[in-house]
Amino acid sequence: MRYVSRIAVGPVQFRIGSDWREPVAALDRLYAAYPRDDARPADATVRLFAARPWRRWLRPSVHIGGDFVVPDALPLPLPMGLLAAEMAMNLQVALGWRRHLLLHASSVTKDGDALIMSGESGSGKSTLAALLGEGDWRLMGDEFTLIDPAGGDALAFPRAVSLKNQAIAEVAARVDAARLGPLLTGTPKGDIRHLIPRADAIAAMHEPARPALLLFPRFGGETAIEPMGEGEAFVRLTEASTNYVALGEAGFAALTRLVRETPAFGISYPDSATGIALVEQLWAEATT
Amino acid sequence: MTDRAYRAAPTGALRIEPLGELTAIFDRRSMQTHLVVAPLPEMLAMMGEEACDAALLAKRLETAFDLGDTGDVRALVAERLAELADMGLVAAA
Repeated sequence: MRYVSRIAVGPVQFRIGSDWREPVAALDRLYAAYPRDDARPADATVRLFAARPWRRWLRPSVHIGGDFVVPDALPLPLPMGLLAAEMAMNLQVALGWRRHLLLHASSVTKDGDALIMSGESGSGKSTLAALLGEGDWRLMGDEFTLIDPAGGDALAFPRAVSLKNQAIAEVAARVDAARLGPLLTGTPKGDIRHLIPRADAIAAMHEPARPALLLFPRFGGETAIEPMGEGEAFVRLTEASTNYVALGEAGFAALTRLVRETPAFGISYPDSATGIALVEQLWAEATT
Repeated sequence: MTDRAYRAAPTGALRIEPLGELTAIFDRRSMQTHLVVAPLPEMLAMMGEEACDAALLAKRLETAFDLGDTGDVRALVAERLAELADMGLVAAA
């Protein structure tokens, strides 16, 4: 690989190699404030490469690869190289990580306790976490939350937040423009713009937090709060985990413990302000 | 329905965790997770180590729980035993 970088996000050390300078330069800018230790061995390797040598220049399109590959993943055009890099990093963690139970969930923390929000793309979990992380919460991650199988703690994975579509304007209005990446329009996921987490979220990314509240948000529709039983939360989180099966009994034990010890609710909300009000209300009830 | 006899999984093969209305069962042999509802966990708990058919298990359940007017308990237990066997949680004796 011609261009190489290293990025540490939470416990994961990435080695990123690319045939082009642009995606690596874009990543280096987003992750400039993250701790960097080039001597530490990489946990995950990401490769951004051209399918044929001449495709580095001629209609350049970025294939993603690394320790794990998805055979039918479509390449992205070079201007979306940053998105390709982010997708590749997510993929390597989702498929390869074994040290923790990996939940497809956002999380934020306050006073050592964690709020974990799990939902499909479009549920608003990422936007809620980003907005809370601009207030008096510390952002732990907008995409993945790691659960320590031994002690049950939640660990942060505060990659650059991937803001999509309407969330871009909503968050951009509240933050310094220097914390925003380039606007990527017309991607397979719509418009995307990355947000660099606040300095406190990056500085404290190795500090674990105790899960205190599990929410399953659903954006759109009437405001509603539905208490969720342990069994349903367990089922939903097995579906939201990319490595539950691979972890075997350790994953089973971590997940049964998480749903037993953590109150869970489904919430529906028509807009972000209502969503945040519901979160704060349930948080107050769960932590007092 | 033939009243087949089944044997419970060997001690230590299953990790059973009640989660409210559901019970999660981790099978250490297949590494699979099964989610079941009553009366399956109760049936597993009452099978003991010897081979057990639906009639015997129905009798044990009726003794342990007030089943009220639930109809043909033996037939119901036979069906549930077949389900447990499909999941690999009990085996034909």
